[in-house]
Amino acid sequence: MTLSIDDVKQIADLAYIKVDEDEAKAALAKLSDIFKLIETMQAVDTTGVTPMSHAQDLVQRLREDRVNESDQRELYQSIAPQVEAGLYLVPKVIE
Amino acid sequence: MQWEIVIGLEVHAQLSTQSKIFSGASIAYGAMPNTQACLVDLALPGVLPVLNRGAVERAIKFGLAIGAKINSPSIFARKNYFYPDLPKGYQISQYELPIVEGGDIRIQMGETEKQIRLTRAHLEEDAGKSLHEDFHSMSGIDLNRAGTPLLEIVSEPDMRSSTEAVAYAKTLHSLVRWIGICDGNMQEGSFRCDANVSVRPRGSETLGTRCEIKNLNSFRFLEKAIEFEAERQIEILEDGGCVRQETRLFDANKGETRTMRSKEDANDYRYFPDPDLLPVEIASDWIAQLQKTLPELPQTRRARYVSEFGLSAYDASVLTGSRELSDYFEATVKLLPAQAKLCANWIMGEISARLNKTDMDVVACPVAPETLAVLLSRIDDGTISGKAAKTVFDSLWQGEMEQQVDAIIDAKGLKQITDDSAIEQQIDDVLAANTQLVTDFRSGKEKAFNALVGQVMKATKGKANPAQVNAMLKKRLSD
Repeated sequence: MTLSIDDVKQIADLAYIKVDEDEAKAALAKLSDIFKLIETMQAVDTTGVTPMSHAQDLVQRLREDRVNESDQRELYQSIAPQVEAGLYLVPKVIE
Repeated sequence: MQWEIVIGLEVHAQLSTQSKIFSGASIAYGAMPNTQACLVDLALPGVLPVLNRGAVERAIKFGLAIGAKINSPSIFARKNYFYPDLPKGYQISQYELPIVEGGDIRIQMGETEKQIRLTRAHLEEDAGKSLHEDFHSMSGIDLNRAGTPLLEIVSEPDMRSSTEAVAYAKTLHSLVRWIGICDGNMQEGSFRCDANVSVRPRGSETLGTRCEIKNLNSFRFLEKAIEFEAERQIEILEDGGCVRQETRLFDANKGETRTMRSKEDANDYRYFPDPDLLPVEIASDWIAQLQKTLPELPQTRRARYVSEFGLSAYDASVLTGSRELSDYFEATVKLLPAQAKLCANWIMGEISARLNKTDMDVVACPVAPETLAVLLSRIDDGTISGKAAKTVFDSLWQGEMEQQVDAIIDAKGLKQITDDSAIEQQIDDVLAANTQLVTDFRSGKEKAFNALVGQVMKATKGKANPAQVNAMLKKRLSD
């Protein structure tokens, strides 16, 4: 699979990242290298191998269903750029 | 052309845990903004999600209740999209190996049962809430809801009308409450539906292009939205057009759906396994243990009501509409096992009507099952008529006379006259006073007979048993 400059721009758009033409070109080169690596790996015969969902061969630990967090809004909001009426304020995005 | 509507539903059921799916913050409804949003929910760098056992348990219980496969391992995935109320930039959800796969729900359409297959049910976290008003062109973000555990329940496109879709949603709603995994509060958003709607010529096997209608938070809206949407699509097709695949919103005020986003701007969610979470292993003894905690399920009770009590499939489905109502019926019929139909009629009739009228839940019903059973046994043994029983029921509902059924019957003089000689006396009087009616009857006018029964009932102030009067009068007139 080859990646086009438009693909890069589309991905940037979905991730809300602003890229100019030079940055897009640079990203295209880097991403294309990664795709080459993927192609190499995909050439390996994996018949009969269970797909791996995690790099470590461990099982998820579960926590008991208990509330152990208290209200620390004031502390958390002290580092927020803008707050009002207990809300975090962000630039407006309406879908 | 005859059109067929094809519907599949996605339901988000909020799980009734204490804490969030990946953090120890509370999920209690109605708290002040951001007072229940901890570092994990805020997505501050360096924090890690830890899965809530209670959420997994509830998902397994659901899977068991619908006869589905429980996947082990089951894995979590990141669903990537950008929105301010999703501070991580992705929602933790499941893609491959959802916790619950397959299974089915049986819905009751009149006297017939229909099977709706489920595709899957997966665990995921809810997003926060954006408030767009009043913040000088900024948006206010409340992350209390972020991380609330949800079970997304996806059906196959097995429904063919808005009525079936509503029946399915109601059955599912009743089931999640029945097994205690979701409180089902639709006003608070604990149970939300998205509907996938398409139409095709009747008889066709291929599916038409579908539209997804988002966030329907009442059964009425679900019904209205599907009806409007199907009409809209049929109109487009009949005008020779093509339905565009898109996501639509239902406007409850206007009763119509409108475009939210088309397929072209649809998000590519770039799912991939979440490296922050390991595969979840679900041991078979854990499943067996949870199986034991499940109550008798509505479908099992439905079948039992038909086989054990001889109720119709429809009655059985109404009575199992909620666990509380079903428990009320069980408690009543236990005391009057031979009169199951009478119990069912009263609970679906008087009791339900009165509860609806006063907007009361059956658990708060002022007439206890034990009291109802005493009342119904007085109809059964002929002490009072069904009509008089309604008068007694009124008194019971008002809490009169310490809800002593027999005392109320006595005080109101509602006892039926069943003594033959007393009725005979009244018949004599009525026949003597209504010779014209008797003549009419003998000359073949059937109506005259009913008039005579009415006269006897009137003479006894309605306290005679009508069936008995009928029989005795018939016998007298044929002599």
